Amino acid sequence: MKELILILIGSALVNNVVLSQFLGLCPFLGVSKKTKTAASMGAAVIFVIMIASAVTYAVHYMILVPLHMEYMQTIVFILVIAALVQMIEMMLKKVSPAIYSALGVYLPLITTNCAVLGVAITNIQDGSTFAESMMNSLGTSVGFLIAIVIMAGIRERLEGNDIPKPFQGMPIVLITAGLMAIAFCGFSGII
Amino acid sequence: MGKCFKQFFNGLIKENPTFVLMLGMCPTLAVTSSASNGLGMGLTTTAVLALSNLFISLIRKIIPDKVRIPAFIVVVATFVTIVQMLLQAYLPSLNESLGLYIPLIVVNCIILGRAEAFAYTNGPVISLFDGLGMGLGFTLGLTSIGIVRELIGAGTFFGNQIMPDAYEPAAIFTLAPGAFFVLALLTALQNIFKAKSATNVPGAKVACGGNCAACMDGACVENREEIARINGIKEAEAVAAKAEAARKAAEAKKAAEAKKAEEEAEKQLDVKAETAEAAAEKFEAKAEAVDAAAEKFDKKAEAAETVAEKFESGEKKED
Repeated sequence: MKELILILIGSALVNNVVLSQFLGLCPFLGVSKKTKTAASMGAAVIFVIMIASAVTYAVHYMILVPLHMEYMQTIVFILVIAALVQMIEMMLKKVSPAIYSALGVYLPLITTNCAVLGVAITNIQDGSTFAESMMNSLGTSVGFLIAIVIMAGIRERLEGNDIPKPFQGMPIVLITAGLMAIAFCGFSGII
Repeated sequence: MGKCFKQFFNGLIKENPTFVLMLGMCPTLAVTSSASNGLGMGLTTTAVLALSNLFISLIRKIIPDKVRIPAFIVVVATFVTIVQMLLQAYLPSLNESLGLYIPLIVVNCIILGRAEAFAYTNGPVISLFDGLGMGLGFTLGLTSIGIVRELIGAGTFFGNQIMPDAYEPAAIFTLAPGAFFVLALLTALQNIFKAKSATNVPGAKVACGGNCAACMDGACVENREEIARINGIKEAEAVAAKAEAARKAAEAKKAAEAKKAEEEAEKQLDVKAETAEAAAEKFEAKAEAVDAAAEKFDKKAEAAETVAEKFESGEKKED
């Protein structure tokens, strides 16, 4: 149990998916203007990463390994993730319109999010058990949620500030991300 | 052939994926901690991009339009797998240092973006050159960012110590925060020099510029539409300005023509007046001549009269 909690903290804070692994930068920079949308995006990412890593784990160990086709990993995973996201979207529309209206718009954007594929591949590469890989997925996606919500909060504050002209727009966002990355470096001592 | 080279340099310089299009930011930030990593990642991406562009262009006529994105993904993933296996076999050290980012080339915006924007609508040879140009442009971007980060962060150039021993390397530049700072400075410089770049499109709402064709981000899509709208307005303005200029030119031409015509008319009038004057002079001269003739006639008449008088007086004498 202690192991699992360490994995959770490690992937959420120490090796933050955005700030130290640079995965999922597009939504991190693109959908972080308002805290509310950022939180919805983060929630959608948690949802998709959890389901996608469970399914890819199963696909890898129940289909690819028995058939000795591990080299097909990249192709199979990206297609499984793309199909899965489409399916989740359709199912949510039917089963739970409430969740769909909250997360629906963000689902299709996650298909090409490299964080999802990155986590799925890392889980397999590390040779972790199912419980460990689910913990790793949870930690990674929660780490994404934390990073994007903090970023959105800072950007909301930045709106009214007097930023030097050349730094307006993208540069100040990147500097903010850099400072956040320094802050997250501080977590590296806790495990 | 010239067209192919033009497309090649378009990708390498004019639409450089790193500096102008700002695509594929994940690997740009992640693997540029040293110049050789940047170079390795760039060349790997170039190989995948050139091959997938060529292949997608070859089969573009048999891909149904509705499933083209999944088809592109399968093609790209195939080439990524091949390249990854080659790296594992021949360059294990590079494979180790790039690690996770090799399979993640599949979701690199540049590759799907070029497939969608270029290879799907163009012939195989030019698509291959487009892939090579874009890939080498990406390599150029990654390597130069890597050189800067390595030089500041470790004082080395491709692993060779070149800074003097007294130089204290700012190690943060080779760590994660340094990647963000270097990119921030790069985009700030682009803003200062107003360089053409996806990050300083005026009015663009998304910080990443939203120019990446494959990023299915809702905000990106919105932003792309916004950029398209802005570009549309600009184009319309340019067209309007052109039309206005053409109108003005036409007016000026018309005015000039009118002036010319007027001048000509005046000239003609002048000529006519001159001829009229000349005619009048001639007429006067004639009139004078007539007068002179008349005078002559008068004189003759007088002479005749005097003769007649003489004759008369002679008759009278005879009487």
